[in-house]
Amino acid sequence: MTAPTLDSRRSPSTPGDPPERTVLPSVRRVRRRNSILRHSGLILFGLFMLYPLAWMAVSAFKPGYLVLTDPSLIPTELTLENFRNGWYVGNLSFLVFFGNSFVVAGSAIIGNLISCSLTAYALARLNFRARKVYFGIVLASVMLPMHATMIPQYIIFSELDLVNTFIPLVLPKFLATDAFFIFLMVQFIRGIPRELDQAAFVDGAGPFRTFWYIILPLMKPALITTTIFTFIWTWNDFFGQLIYLTDTSVYTVPIALNALVDSQSNQGVGTLMAMSLLSLVPILCFFAFAQKYLIRGIATTGLK
Amino acid sequence: MADTLTPARPPDTRRPKAGKLTRQDGAAHVFMAPWLIGLVAVTALPMFASLYLAFTDYNILSSPTWVGTENFERLVGDDRFWSAAGVTVTYVLVSVPLQLAFALALALILDKGLRGLAIYRSAYYLPSLLGTSVAVAVLWKQIFGFDGLINQALALVGIEGQNWLQNPDTALGTLIVLNAWTFGSPMVIFLAGLRQIPEELYEASRVDGASILRQFASITIPLLTPIIFFNLILQTIGSFQAFTQAHVISSGTGGPVDSTLFYTLYIYQQAFVNFDMGYASALAWVLMVVIAIITAVHFTLSKRWVFYGD
Repeated sequence: MTAPTLDSRRSPSTPGDPPERTVLPSVRRVRRRNSILRHSGLILFGLFMLYPLAWMAVSAFKPGYLVLTDPSLIPTELTLENFRNGWYVGNLSFLVFFGNSFVVAGSAIIGNLISCSLTAYALARLNFRARKVYFGIVLASVMLPMHATMIPQYIIFSELDLVNTFIPLVLPKFLATDAFFIFLMVQFIRGIPRELDQAAFVDGAGPFRTFWYIILPLMKPALITTTIFTFIWTWNDFFGQLIYLTDTSVYTVPIALNALVDSQSNQGVGTLMAMSLLSLVPILCFFAFAQKYLIRGIATTGLK
Repeated sequence: MADTLTPARPPDTRRPKAGKLTRQDGAAHVFMAPWLIGLVAVTALPMFASLYLAFTDYNILSSPTWVGTENFERLVGDDRFWSAAGVTVTYVLVSVPLQLAFALALALILDKGLRGLAIYRSAYYLPSLLGTSVAVAVLWKQIFGFDGLINQALALVGIEGQNWLQNPDTALGTLIVLNAWTFGSPMVIFLAGLRQIPEELYEASRVDGASILRQFASITIPLLTPIIFFNLILQTIGSFQAFTQAHVISSGTGGPVDSTLFYTLYIYQQAFVNFDMGYASALAWVLMVVIAIITAVHFTLSKRWVFYGD
């Protein structure tokens, strides 16, 4: 317990003896017991928290009649029947919905990366009038609830005949409407030593070159955080996609899943769990690969 | 792009003074162009349009007709508006403190140089990542359904369960539990905050004979107040806008008996089910003003309890 982990805080260089050296064996035994108790508690609590997810995963592979009668996590019978039953909504398969979700999320990521990094660079490094006012507007728009703008936005897109396309979901990202990422990137750029881009400036590089060759490569962690959160938010987004995507052919995964729940036909619980599980797979993969950045991103910015 | 056209300035070894730097208004506006266009076209204009619509009767098919304050008067007499407001306020008041208490408690337990911290942190954080998805809402519907996990577990100890989601007294509770389950993201922020507290403070107080409780009350909590405040603001604003879970669990109705009619769900129903865009705009503006007031109050009150070091 006293051994410092990589994650433990405070500098390892703190002077002073490691406490182990002076403690009595009996004290050490008590500590070890406390440590075991604490770990057992934490593990139990973790299992309790993750139980619903595990239950979903197991139920997805259980034959329908067992899902509601057998709560155990060890299935007595395995089947892929649930996945087969849920795969089609109308005459389209989840393959289409996954494709749609990936197109929307991918475009949103590109949009956010381009528009937010350009804006952030100007706000953090360029010298122009009313810079503080602009930054204030960025901060204010972070707090603005989407409901204040969503109805006229819908009316505009509907007048332009763009409902049932991905444009209403993607275009705003290219216009840096996720102001939180601008804020995140401004904070990040402020941490980059000014001497670097000043030197480039002095050597005759203009703002664009400085941005492209000096700042952007150094911003990689902020860009990764933006990518991860844009992906997860877009993948999980329901409201926007529910409003704009009403034709089955443009359904994204959450909308298709919702339709599956609402459909009159008798969808078994197993089927719902199977498709729910599938819909979470991309996020779980992202989580597995990008965990480190994710936790760091959320710790420094409060995104979730 | 303009930079490629301007001739390179002669190398200047003097350190440029901030005030002497050439203004870059043009370049800055080119860089900010996407955001500026978005600000005007996607945010500001729709915001004012929404304010205008709030004073009209508009169903998308015919053009809006000005009705003055009729929408707002209708609001006052609308029972569903009041129940939506009640549900939302209850949800915020119960679920935010609950979630933050969990987050803080677990952060404190995980903070003290614990082996395997990264694993616990990830495991506890995972629900936050999935919590707003339709999939988890579907899962919750199953868990709290009549044949669901909760009742199966209760049956093991001989208690007969009930249909939690069909009962107006318990349906909102299940959504509060769902929100509490996603305490991982504020927990991670708390952990980062706890790490900022200098160890010397604890050492000094130990020398002075302070108990653990005393340290908690006099060091940990005061130094953590900016983080507590940050999480409080964030979760409050977020909870006011909760939508997905209530929509999926009640199949979009907000039932039973409007007990899960979140405010955003009511806006959705008025705007996109009834196509009563004028009334929905009025509802949306009320929400925005309420969130703004609550945020302002939070900030004002914070001066009394949030402790910013130097």
